[in-house]
Order: sequence, then C-alpha cells, then structure tokens
Amino acid sequence: MTDASMQSPETRRHAVSLTASDARTKKRAAAEKRFRAYGIIAIATGLFFLIVLFTSILSQGIPAFQRTVVSVEFTLSADQRDEAEGTMFKTKAYSNLFIAELNEQLAESGITVDFDQDAIERLLGKIGGTIRTFYADNPGKLGEPIMFDLAASSRVDGYFKGRVSRDTLQDSRFLQLSDLDLVDALKEAGIIKQAFNWPFITGADSGVDNPGGAGIGASVVGSFFMMLVVLCLSLPIGVAASIYLEEFAPQNKFTDLIEVNISNLAAVPSIVFGILGLAVFIQFMHLPQSAPLVGGLVLTLMTLPTIIISTRASLKAVPPSIRDAALGVGASKMQAVFHHVLPLAAPGILTGTIIGLAQALGETAPLLLIGMVGFVARGYPDGFLAGFTEPNSAMPAQIYTWAARADVGFYEKAWGGIIILLMFLLTMNIIAIILRRRFERRW
Amino acid sequence: MNDMTRVERTVDSKDIKINAKQVQVYYGDTHAIKDVDVEIEDNTVTAFIGPSGCGKSTFLRCLNRMNDTIDICRVQGDILLDGEDIYDKRVDPVQLRAKVGMVFQKPNPFPKSIYDNVAYGPRIHGLAKNKAELDEIVEKSLRRGAIWDEVKDRLDAPGTGLSGGQQQRLCIARAVATEPEVLLMDEPCSALDPIATAQVEELIDELRSRYSVVIVTHSMQQAARVSQKTAFFHLGNLVEFGETGQIFTNPEDPRTESYITGRIG
Repeated sequence: MTDASMQSPETRRHAVSLTASDARTKKRAAAEKRFRAYGIIAIATGLFFLIVLFTSILSQGIPAFQRTVVSVEFTLSADQRDEAEGTMFKTKAYSNLFIAELNEQLAESGITVDFDQDAIERLLGKIGGTIRTFYADNPGKLGEPIMFDLAASSRVDGYFKGRVSRDTLQDSRFLQLSDLDLVDALKEAGIIKQAFNWPFITGADSGVDNPGGAGIGASVVGSFFMMLVVLCLSLPIGVAASIYLEEFAPQNKFTDLIEVNISNLAAVPSIVFGILGLAVFIQFMHLPQSAPLVGGLVLTLMTLPTIIISTRASLKAVPPSIRDAALGVGASKMQAVFHHVLPLAAPGILTGTIIGLAQALGETAPLLLIGMVGFVARGYPDGFLAGFTEPNSAMPAQIYTWAARADVGFYEKAWGGIIILLMFLLTMNIIAIILRRRFERRW
Repeated sequence: MNDMTRVERTVDSKDIKINAKQVQVYYGDTHAIKDVDVEIEDNTVTAFIGPSGCGKSTFLRCLNRMNDTIDICRVQGDILLDGEDIYDKRVDPVQLRAKVGMVFQKPNPFPKSIYDNVAYGPRIHGLAKNKAELDEIVEKSLRRGAIWDEVKDRLDAPGTGLSGGQQQRLCIARAVATEPEVLLMDEPCSALDPIATAQVEELIDELRSRYSVVIVTHSMQQAARVSQKTAFFHLGNLVEFGETGQIFTNPEDPRTESYITGRIG
C-alpha cells in the first residue's frame, strides 16, 4: 500500500525509470558522500596527530632507556687498600689506582691516550669515592676482580646520543674537548658502551646537576600508593553513593541539587581540588606534606564524581524489568540491587573506576599545591605504611620536575617518563577492556 | 453504582481471596483509579480487560504493592488479602509479594541459569533446607510451569537463551516456586506468538486448581477463553464485574457492550 501511494505521484510527475536518478536524489546522494568524506577526514586528522604524538614521544623518550657505562674490571688487594687509606687524600689514591688500571687496559688494546684525574672525574664523577665506599661496604671483595659498571656523565651520554658534538662543545667544568679523545679511545677499547638504563626504571630522582642518575622508580612507587588510596576510598564511596542515589533516594529537590552538584564537581578544574587539599588536609588536619596519602585523598575527591556518574549510568542501563522480576518474587529492594542489578552493572562500574583512576594517575596540577611537584625523592619509602606518609613524588609530577630543569639531559628523562606513564595508562585501559568483556552479560 | 450487578453475580460458594474496597490510586495529581471494588475468588481466573490506560495494570500492581516502587504513586482504600489489609503499616511488602506472585508483560528471566532463576525465590525466603529440597522445589515449579520437559537436560543453560514462550513459562515457574497464593499476570502473552500463547493459556487454566489467578489482558478472546470472572475497566473506573460468560454475552453496562463489540477502546 505504501508502495502504491509513493509510486503513483512519481509516475504522474515524470514517468522516469528507476535507474535514472533525478536531481533531488543526486543532491541527497552528494550530501551523503560529502558527509562521509568529512568523517574520513576527521578520523584521518586524528590519526595523523596520534602518529605525530607517538613518534615524537618515542623518538625523544627512547634514548632515556639507554645509558652510557664504563665497564672496568678492577682488582684491589688488601695491601693496596691499606696503602691508600694511609695517604692524606684517600680518594685520590683510589682514583690513581683506577686510572692506572684503565691505562693498562687501554694499553692492552694498543691505545694510548693522555688523561688526568680531572678528566676521568668529568667522565665518571668522583670515582675514587665510589670505589672507596664500595670496598668499605664489601671488605670481602678485596683481592677479587670486580666488574665496575660506572655511569658516564650526562655530557658523555649526550655525546653518544648525538646531543653533544665536537663542533658545539665548549670547554666547561662538565666536559672539555680533550675529554672526548679519551671517550673515543675508551670506546675503541670497548670499555665505554651503551647499555639498557635499569637505574632509570628502578632508581630515584637525582640532583639538578646529575641527569644521568635520575630514575623514575621512586615516583612510580609514590603513584602506586596514591592510586591505592584513591581506589580504596573512591570505589566504595562512589559506588555506595550511586546505588543510594539511583535505587533508594526519593526524587525530590534535595536529590536533584545533589545530582547537579555532582555533575558540576566533575567539571571543576583539578587545581581547585589541590588548593582544597592544601587547606583541609595539610593546613587544617596537619597531614604530612608531599605525602602520597594526601595526594591520594585529593585525587579521590577528583575521581569520585567520575565514578559516581559512570556507576549511575551503568545502574540506569540495567533494564527495570530485572528489578521488577526480583521484587516480584519477594526480594527486598537491597536484595534486588545486590543480587541482580549490581552484577549487571559491574562491568560499567569497573570500567568507569579504571578510567577515573587513569585520569587521577596522570593528574599533576593538584599535586603542585600539596608539595609533590619539585620534591626530589632520593629513595624508596621504608616499608608499606611509610609509603603513604613519607614524602614522595608521583609520575606526572616527576616528569614535570624534569621538564622544568635546566640541564638538557633531563629533557630526555621527561620524555622517557612519559613513555612509562603512558605504558601504565595503557595497561589500565587494557585491564578495563578485559574486565568489561569478561563480565558482560546479555539479557 | 455499577456494583449492583456484581453483588448478584458473586453467589458462588468459593472463598474470597482478595477483597478490594473503594480503592483510589493517584499518580501525583492524576486520579488513576476511582472507587474500585473487586472481590477476587480463590481457584478462579479473574481477567481485567479494558482499553489502554484504563488502569487495569495499575490496579493489578496494587494487589502486591508493586506500586510502592513508584515514588509519586499513592493508594487509598482497603485491599484485604484473606481479611488482612495489605497496606497496613506493619505489612512488609516483601512478605506480601512472596504470597502474591507476579508475572510480567515482557518475559524477564534473570541473566542466570534456568535453575537459579527458579531457585532464587525459595533461596531468599529460605524455603529449602538443603540442596535436595531445593532441587525438588525447582523441578516441581518447572513442572507446574509446564516447561520441565523442555529444559530438564539443560538447567545450567542461561534462562535468557530460551525462546520467548519458554521464557514466559520459566517466569511463571519462578513465580510459583515461592508457593504464592495469588498469581498476578500482567498481559503475560502480549509478547508471545499464538502457539506460545496457547501453551501459556493452557497453563493458566491448570494453575487455577492451586492458585487464585488474576490476569490483565488486551485480548478479549483471551479473557473469554481463560477466565471465569471478568472485570471491565474504563477511564479508571470499574465499569462491570461478573461472570465471564455473562459479560461477553449479555453485558449490563452500555460501555462494556461498546468495548466488547469494538466500538470503543
């Protein structure tokens, strides 16, 4: 019937074949084609920027995972130790022993190069002190050949990575042109080489003039403790609040007000939560500054609205017929919610929570105000509980700190830190997807 | 007013299971049900018919207080189940709903196994002491739901994987598993094909021997086929209530006649 009514005016008007399209149809087809083209252009633009982003992050950040090490097999006899300890400048004595060893090894490879203690210290730092401390801590190692893997200074590292070249290098207290001859010689002898930068992943931050020794490990631990606080607080509070609001609360002006405020909170700039945390947690409650506990509390405030909104959305998505069914067989409201509605909403809740956590993990601004940015975490917290209260940094804060430092060596570290951070975020998102797939049920 | 007819018809010897007197239901400011008086007998199928929006489903949901879940809904008047007011403050709707089971318009099995669907009610009411008793209840209920033979080999399969008609019979089995005394059915066949409908109707007739069944239906033929008593609702009023045969062949009220003959509705 519809066909007949649609066909008759058409045939009356033109009596054209269906294979020939009229102007109107052509126009519509063109509009559709244009729209598809816009869509493809939009996606292509997005992909382009994504590729640019990833190539720049990877190309700038991957060098951070490489470090330049000088590996020297060194043997110190007990006599040599005693002799060195007897001198006036003890570390200098150790240095000289090391330099002699290095010279010997160079000579074995048939290379001779002229260098002094200052040059070797520009390359490797206070080498004498390092060796002395090692043997003071491990007296049992005396007389055994020990492989010393010594990190080369940031400038030498830069020479290997192309950041520093002979043309641009200006003599300074960090590195002199003549030192590069020594570096080249060591390279030829196979003593200096590039290796995977484990200290970057496991280590703590270093001082402002030692980018080579900077590691992100301590701030990963800081972030971990913060996320633990966020998860333990925001998931139960957020889920309980959403269940109450969605399933139990009466619909009135008051609950409407709460609802509007939750939506508003989700849009509040994170630095506002930071200043709130500073005022309430640190100045009023006197919680320790720069502590992951405080960072976690602040990020909990920030994550809660996200979790509440996504939880309520997934509770709403559970068909009301399921609630009816449960109530119809005599389940109480709470039984209906906990036995039937919540399991069905769980994938959505979990996804929302993980997305919220990922957001919190990458948040820097609130940490600025509670003193986690710029804090140089020199080591790991001692013990689990101390992890919450001892001052520490967090991954994004650490990256921010590095990016703000003057030495170009830190620039590379910042990019490397971003790669680590992105890896964590990616892992969390993958977990979210897997959980959703796993728990998804049809009804 | 229109109750005169009803008074004459309820000369049957059967017990009155539910006695509703002067029931008013309001949705906010809307007066959805006006002065409804109905007596629902035991071991009888009572059908509620009427055009869409006439309040028959609303009234049905009053009988097990499912309207409690709607914030703006208010119920006035008395609804007595075995002489007890179900809207009494001391009555727990949870207990009431165990006694007055409900089957909904759209089959709504839980996204769980067939076994768990049926076992859920007995479990939360503590009707079975052990697994063997629970198994027994599940089998008995599925048999009463006339679906045992079709699912006995796959009790672990999800209830949502069954066909529409099977799902609805599963829902009926789930409702009878809690040993209710009254079974409310809100258009139980509207989502089903004619064959499934026939199966469910047959089942309803069997259920009559144990329960008092109240069924809301859009299909007058269905009301005529399955029910012994019929109530006709129109615009929130109970227009006529009486023996099904009499309502369909010799209605007293002109509105009932118009509806049955297809002139209104």
